[in-house]
Amino acid sequence: MSVELDVFVGNTTIMDKEVYQLWLNGYTVNDAVKVRIEGGVMEECEASAEVLLSDTMDQYRTFQMCERLLHHPAKLANQLLFQIPPDRQAMLIERYYAFDDSFVREVLGKKLSKGTKKDLDDVSTKTGITLKSCRRQFDNFKRVFKVVEELKGPLVENIRQHFLLPDQLARDYAAIVFFANNRFETGKKKLHYLTFQDFAFCAGQLINNWTLGAVDNIMEDMDVDLDKEFLQELKDLKILITDKDLLDQHKSLVCTALRGKTNVFNEMEANFKNLSRGLVNIAAKLINAKDVRDFFIDLVEKFIEPCRSDKWTSIDVNLYLTHYTNSVHILDTFKHHAVWTRYMGVIKSCILRMYHD
Amino acid sequence: MPGKLKAKIVAGRHLPVMDRASDLTDAFVEVKFGNTTFKTDVYPKSLNPQWNSEWFKFEVDDEDLQDEPLQITVLDHDTYSANDAIGKVYIDIDPLLCSEAATVISGWLPIYDTIHGIRGEINVLVKVDLFNDLNRFRQSSCGVKFFCTTSIPRCYRAIMVHGFVEELVVNEDPEYQWIDRIRTPRASNEARQRLIFLMSGELQRKIGLKVLEMGGNAVVGYLQCFDLEGESGLVVRAIGTACTLEKISSTLPATATHPSNSSPSKDMKEPGFGEEAPGVPLSSGPPTPLRAQTFSSFSPSKSYSRQSSSSDTELSLTPKTVGIFLFPSTPALESESSPLPSAHLPHHLWPGMASRSTTPPPLRLSQSDTAILRKSVSFSEELLLAASGMGSGGSAGKEGGPLKALLRQQTQSALEQREYPFFTLAAFPPGFLLHVGGVVSARSVKLLDRIHNPALGNTRSYKLLDWNSFTADEPETRDAWWEEIRQEIKSHAKALGCHAVVGYSESTSICEEVCILSASGTAAILSSRFMQDGPLDTEHRLSRQPLCVFSTGSERVEGDMGSSASLGFEEVVSPGCGFCHIPYDELNIPFPAQLTYCYCCRRYKVPDVLFTTIDLPTEANVTGKGCLIQARLCRTKKKAQGEGNATVISNLLPFLEYELHTQLMNKLKLRGMNALFGLRIQISVGETMLLGLASATGVYLTALPSPGGIQIAGKTPSDITYEQHISNMQKKINDTIAKNKELYEINPPEVVEEIIGSPIPEPRQRSRLFRSQSESSDEVSELDLSHGKKDAFVLEIDDTDAVEDIHALLTDSPTPAGFYSCNTEIMPGIQNWTSAIQMFTSVRVFRLNANLTNQGLNKIFSDLCENLLKSLYFKLRSMVPCCLCHLNFTVAIPEDELIQVAVTAVAMSFDKEQLLENGKQSGEKTLIKAITENDEQLQFNLELNAETSAPNPLSSPKGLSEVGSHLSARASSVDYSSFADRCSSWIEQLKLKAHTIRRGSVKTTSSMEKASPLPEGRSRSLRSNRSYSGSSVAVVKMTPLSFIPGAKIIKYLGIINMFFIRETTSLREEGGVSGFLHTFIAEVFAMVRAHVAALGGNAVVSYSMKECVFMENPNKNQAQCLINVSGDAVMFVRESELESTSVQTQSATTHTSNGAEGT
Repeated sequence: MSVELDVFVGNTTIMDKEVYQLWLNGYTVNDAVKVRIEGGVMEECEASAEVLLSDTMDQYRTFQMCERLLHHPAKLANQLLFQIPPDRQAMLIERYYAFDDSFVREVLGKKLSKGTKKDLDDVSTKTGITLKSCRRQFDNFKRVFKVVEELKGPLVENIRQHFLLPDQLARDYAAIVFFANNRFETGKKKLHYLTFQDFAFCAGQLINNWTLGAVDNIMEDMDVDLDKEFLQELKDLKILITDKDLLDQHKSLVCTALRGKTNVFNEMEANFKNLSRGLVNIAAKLINAKDVRDFFIDLVEKFIEPCRSDKWTSIDVNLYLTHYTNSVHILDTFKHHAVWTRYMGVIKSCILRMYHD
Repeated sequence: MPGKLKAKIVAGRHLPVMDRASDLTDAFVEVKFGNTTFKTDVYPKSLNPQWNSEWFKFEVDDEDLQDEPLQITVLDHDTYSANDAIGKVYIDIDPLLCSEAATVISGWLPIYDTIHGIRGEINVLVKVDLFNDLNRFRQSSCGVKFFCTTSIPRCYRAIMVHGFVEELVVNEDPEYQWIDRIRTPRASNEARQRLIFLMSGELQRKIGLKVLEMGGNAVVGYLQCFDLEGESGLVVRAIGTACTLEKISSTLPATATHPSNSSPSKDMKEPGFGEEAPGVPLSSGPPTPLRAQTFSSFSPSKSYSRQSSSSDTELSLTPKTVGIFLFPSTPALESESSPLPSAHLPHHLWPGMASRSTTPPPLRLSQSDTAILRKSVSFSEELLLAASGMGSGGSAGKEGGPLKALLRQQTQSALEQREYPFFTLAAFPPGFLLHVGGVVSARSVKLLDRIHNPALGNTRSYKLLDWNSFTADEPETRDAWWEEIRQEIKSHAKALGCHAVVGYSESTSICEEVCILSASGTAAILSSRFMQDGPLDTEHRLSRQPLCVFSTGSERVEGDMGSSASLGFEEVVSPGCGFCHIPYDELNIPFPAQLTYCYCCRRYKVPDVLFTTIDLPTEANVTGKGCLIQARLCRTKKKAQGEGNATVISNLLPFLEYELHTQLMNKLKLRGMNALFGLRIQISVGETMLLGLASATGVYLTALPSPGGIQIAGKTPSDITYEQHISNMQKKINDTIAKNKELYEINPPEVVEEIIGSPIPEPRQRSRLFRSQSESSDEVSELDLSHGKKDAFVLEIDDTDAVEDIHALLTDSPTPAGFYSCNTEIMPGIQNWTSAIQMFTSVRVFRLNANLTNQGLNKIFSDLCENLLKSLYFKLRSMVPCCLCHLNFTVAIPEDELIQVAVTAVAMSFDKEQLLENGKQSGEKTLIKAITENDEQLQFNLELNAETSAPNPLSSPKGLSEVGSHLSARASSVDYSSFADRCSSWIEQLKLKAHTIRRGSVKTTSSMEKASPLPEGRSRSLRSNRSYSGSSVAVVKMTPLSFIPGAKIIKYLGIINMFFIRETTSLREEGGVSGFLHTFIAEVFAMVRAHVAALGGNAVVSYSMKECVFMENPNKNQAQCLINVSGDAVMFVRESELESTSVQTQSATTHTSNGAEGT
């Protein structure tokens, strides 16, 4: 004796948020039922395990049928198969495209290729996220990437429009796409302390300031690639370290400004040239795609680590970077103010964001 | 050429990829109507083609317009090979043929393929230019409106109810045609879909013709069914109630006399109807052949069901059935016996009926041709012969020729007479339904003809090998079958002293070549007053009378009826109890029943229990709330073939019905209730078993006596442990009854009995079946005072059956907190619905193990239903407090060892406040409510008066009579009974009227704030509405009910009647059987919604899934499913939106209302 067939179809599609989450998390039906039983739905509603199983199966089926539509969220709104209230639709999409920070840290900056997908079982064991969920998240990244890759106009806006995502989530996806496109290295041990949100913030800075879309509003080009011209111009900043006079002038200006204002003045004074060289070298090398990938490593190695070993506080860093940036404008022989500002603005906020344990 | 159909193909979207190479599609569209086909250009390489075609014009007969669907096929162009079909859309253009329905079909419709399901959508525009055809002999019936709704549709009022219409058409099932062996299943299913579309179109047209003949303009309660008889063909049949409807429109002066139904969610009925003149449902037909063969009148008799205590006397009923069930198994004989209008059994067998009968039977007898009479007598002798000696049909075969002619003749005459006083309506305008007798039902087992059986073929009157003759004869045979059943029903109704059958429905269950035909309804007496003095304008009346079906006899009959009605029932005291009063003669009760004086008015007799198939009348006085009651039964049966099989089934049927009845009665009593509404008994036949499922909504009618408890009596009192066991069980039962009474708030006013004394007749029939109930009556009386006085219901557990019964009783788990359930339109005691509704369909198939006993089967079947209900409650828990309304269970046995249960219902939330308050306040609440409604009503009424400017002859005198004497003025009381929705007593009504008059001129602002529970619901609805507006797909609500809570239906756009087949050859890949069916049901919903939206509607009311046939072959990885759904497409507006517009008119009205009050 067995139930051979068991379906429930509502005119308005009934979807339980809790079960949806379990489904998204890649639980099997039986595991989901266990979780639900532990959650106490049964007592609440005088239901039996059988009822719960039937309901879970049904919901899972509904989600599977919806999944196809969720791949193109815009379709969800004008499909006819399921009658889902708009607020529900938004919930479905948002949760479907939500991801685990621990997962995204593993694939951030990696090429969204089949090879990476094959390694997902490792990621799954490492993070404790089910393989199913990992695959969904990975596929989401890839899908978003593929769609916006070729689109013109602002990246975040494109993502928001095509995938009907809430603002924050769209920004996160923009970061992921941006990272994947530029293949930023994020997996090195030195970078492990950084969270996805740190990177997402940095990506936001880069997108907003260093891409072509950032300067002209022509919308011709896309936000995914860095502004080549700008990268070229960054080479000009080298003068700050190659010209001995400039370097000394710069150092003295900064030191004057900071004297007495910080506890790590001596360390700063001693390290100034090193730090400045580090930052300017990063700028000068960005024209090479390979060095773009190492951007975050370089920031950590060339600036954050030295500062940290000297026990700078983030206030110190902030103070230093502010004066370091501003002092350049007082240098008479320096001509590349615009590039410098554009460069240092991003560097400063990135470093400040990344400067933590 | 009286019609021009125009179609334009605008665009497509979400098309599937047909060309793997380019991931795109080169789509074009074929538009076909009849034999004419147009094509659009190919729109290359796109999944969202924009054809924007010219208008394709079809010039066709209106007959074709009715029969044929517009067929749109989307194809993928292929240069080198045949074009691939992407899918099809069938558009029923019937709604466009009626001026009051939709004017254009425009919107995105899903492209459907039987293998792939929905494959994208197509945007089309369809219009019809119709030239009126006034030809008397025309074959079309354009303009006749069809409604699935089983009450007078919301924005109409009935001028005339003409009566029963039926029709059936037969065709060969494409799946069984020779060509099916060489074509693909897909092609065969396509052909089937198309054929059924055609057939239902034809059927609708033919019914429409009958309606026009009768002088009507609409069919209400239209019920269309398919019988997939397999090799013997495909039958599409329909029944309905012909009416003359008039649209209620506030702008039309003509409707001024009618207070419009401004609040559909509260008021189920059409108050305006009460003033009009519907037909007098006179049964002027000839005395019907009184063969008891399928007699199963579910009379409100206690003792009938008391047979459980091993009575022998009452069982005489069943043997009768057994004996005569035999002959239907020989088809030839069957056709002979069926439509004999002249009696072949003397009618005086039923003295009660004779005294009641309105048509003098002797007269009829003399009319009938003597030859026929003689012949018929001889037939019946033969029948008896055949019945006794099974299969001796040889002699009958010889007479095939003349018999056939006779049959024709009789069928024809029956058609002309058209004398079934049946109404498919389940809800009536107040005052229309006078008395209810009880449920009448008839079943008969038939053997479907098989083409390849020469042995049987010999005894036939025709050869089936020739298809043409087959199709020619087939409808007549089927007609005759139904005719016979209907006659049966009619005679049952007569036996109950009733002249009409309401809430009538027909169904079939087919297994292989055996077919069970069932019909059931509620015997009732309808008001003749509507005919006599209803309409005030004589002009109307004159034109109407000749049209009235029921007056076909003579004026004399009419008068007769009128007087009898006025004698007995006209001055019925309260509409809240009037319908409960017995229609039959007390001295000649057709069945043993216990009568008492009505607990409301104390003047007329009422039965102790009342079973009906109709909805609970809104004016009925009900104590507490109702609940769904189900009796479930499963009986094994031996595998057999042909006639043997039919015999076995016929033998089982009466027992099945009897047991279902007992179960219903037990469960009703266990809930402390005394009446069943919406009773629907479904019997399904399989190879090795029979399934019976009876569903109804139990209520406590205040007018009926309080039901007695259930007593258990043991057979072997010697054993002490046994005694203990019994007393334990007794206690459990008593506890359950007490608990249920509390749960359903059943606390009938006991005082009444004390004050008035006992008008209950002393010589009460104590059934001999009773064992003493003294042993345990003490503890019972503690629980319920009325217990001691009432006759308790005795269950004797001397056999396993009874033990099983008791277990079954106690295993029914109560509905979880916050849930109510019923299978009727509305739940008594719940009124303030919010706009949150959720329609759903749930299907379960259960596989049984072989070798199960009856008991085991019963348990499994019962658990299956219970678990399904539990699942529903769990699913819908977010809607609490809510009520599952119109719970419609359908059972089937798709295969050996498989049971399929399908449920369609709607969950409706209601406001909690009312729930918290209990019984006592409900009167007050209704009063307030009633007043608000009255205000609205009154103002609407008067507002219209103002517009017409001519003083209304009806409404002002009505006002007068209200103030003066409410007792005598029946007309006004009828009216107000509907407003005072569930006013629990006469006195309250009195108060109410006083209120109304006083407040008549006050203003509505106060009334609006008093209707406190509503604004919240309304605002909620508004919110949800607004939030929906952002979506690009219009929201379409679906409900099996005839109304949408918190909204007013402003337009009926036409009937939705759709038929789909879906098949798969990759069952596993599509998620197994559940995945497959889940998708299909969702697709069906989607297509219904899309078609409604294209008609300009935003809801489907009276939605039902009539057929869901699922077949699988897991070994081949295949499955197939067939679904038929129907409903009424409507356009509704939220009441909250209406309010804003009505404010102005209301203020204008106040002035006039003062004046009107003065008169």
